[in-house]
Amino acid sequence: MNKVLLGVLLGAILGVFDGLTSLFTPDPQIRAGIVGIIIGSTGKGLVAGLLCGLFARKVKSMAGGIALGLFLGFLFALFVALGVHNYYVRIIIPGSIVGLIVGYATQKYGATPASTTAAH
Amino acid sequence: MKFLSDRALERLRDAADLPDLSGTHYRLLERIARGGMGVVYTAEDERLQRRVALKVLDLPGTEGDLANRLIREARVLARLEHPGIVPVHDVGTLADGRVFYTMKFVEGHRLDRHIESVASTPDRLRIFLRICDAVAFAHARDVIHRDLKPANIMVGPFGEVLVMDWGLAKILREEVSRSARETDPEATIFEKPKQSANANDTTEDSVRTGHGTVMGTPGYMSPEQARGDVENLDARSDVFSLGALLRFLLTGPPEQMLPAPRPRLDKSLEAICVKATAISPSERYANVSELALDVSRYLDGLAVGAHRETVFEKATRFYRRYRFFILLIAAYLFMRIILLLLSRR
Repeated sequence: MNKVLLGVLLGAILGVFDGLTSLFTPDPQIRAGIVGIIIGSTGKGLVAGLLCGLFARKVKSMAGGIALGLFLGFLFALFVALGVHNYYVRIIIPGSIVGLIVGYATQKYGATPASTTAAH
Repeated sequence: MKFLSDRALERLRDAADLPDLSGTHYRLLERIARGGMGVVYTAEDERLQRRVALKVLDLPGTEGDLANRLIREARVLARLEHPGIVPVHDVGTLADGRVFYTMKFVEGHRLDRHIESVASTPDRLRIFLRICDAVAFAHARDVIHRDLKPANIMVGPFGEVLVMDWGLAKILREEVSRSARETDPEATIFEKPKQSANANDTTEDSVRTGHGTVMGTPGYMSPEQARGDVENLDARSDVFSLGALLRFLLTGPPEQMLPAPRPRLDKSLEAICVKATAISPSERYANVSELALDVSRYLDGLAVGAHRETVFEKATRFYRRYRFFILLIAAYLFMRIILLLLSRR
């Protein structure tokens, strides 16, 4: 599996899972909007995964990949938290960690396509 | 009348044995080792101004089995141009009538000494894979080594691994094309080794014939080679030696392991060693590449062909391979549960 596909799939799966955990919150308002939360959370993971995968394909740096994943996860989660004006910690921390996991996984696993540059 | 001491006599003998390099462009530097057929010196190539290793036959004359074998060894090396095989530079006859050849002077340590400084199993396996690479290349050129052992592997200062001493090498196609065995100088090499009364005499040192010709090393020599079954020797004979070499890299020299219990090997590595050193060639890996592939798969955390895993072993291997990733996911789940519990308060 190539790094971009791995990033997208992993980001999407963790995003869905991240959204599903909202089902266990005591707040009935959150449970009522679960579909929107899952879609938003999946999209967030998907975009972070795509960007991390593209980065991993170009740059081989574990620290760089993790930092980028963490930053993207934090940034997207921050947007969501600012949107709902609430639950900053509960949204930002898991979102950042999902980004970190995707950043790590795309650096560590997945195939990089062979270079097609001809030697001169 | 004054008698010479043993030491003085030894020095005189050494001086008399020194090769006469007049007429060549080499200058003798020092003696470094004695091989099966002759002595290896370091010399300076005065034309190119570089150090070379010079192997000189013990006896003068360009005819005869030993001279033929030394020339043949040089020719075998010449056809094996590979980073893992020591390159030959020149072959000829000295003024004193002895056959010689020069090759790259390799600075470094023999594998059996070098390995003491390599603690990790993956690093040892990577060295093994480089040996396999060189031997597989030789097999692709129809040459089998027949004397693979730690003493014949050199590890250079930059980690380069070189397979040395191809004096026993056999050229497969050449053997087949010969119609009569008596025309084959190899035929004289294989004499059944006499059993030594002292087991230590034969554990590591190469067994030699009456002519002083190396024919293999007990512990590393395949059973068919030990039987003198020259006709049926093929690449799988080297696979056996590589299997013994792999076991040496993982558990130490065979003779040292006899009195003490062997350290327990991982089941997959044990299975690889067992398959490579199977008594019957048909039960071994068919070639060196297959053996190297299994070792590579082990290094990559994949299942090896030599061992059928149980479900538990599969799960353990999966965990080992993705340990950090699994721990990350577990940490994420743990953090999620903590946040949920906090939000319920």
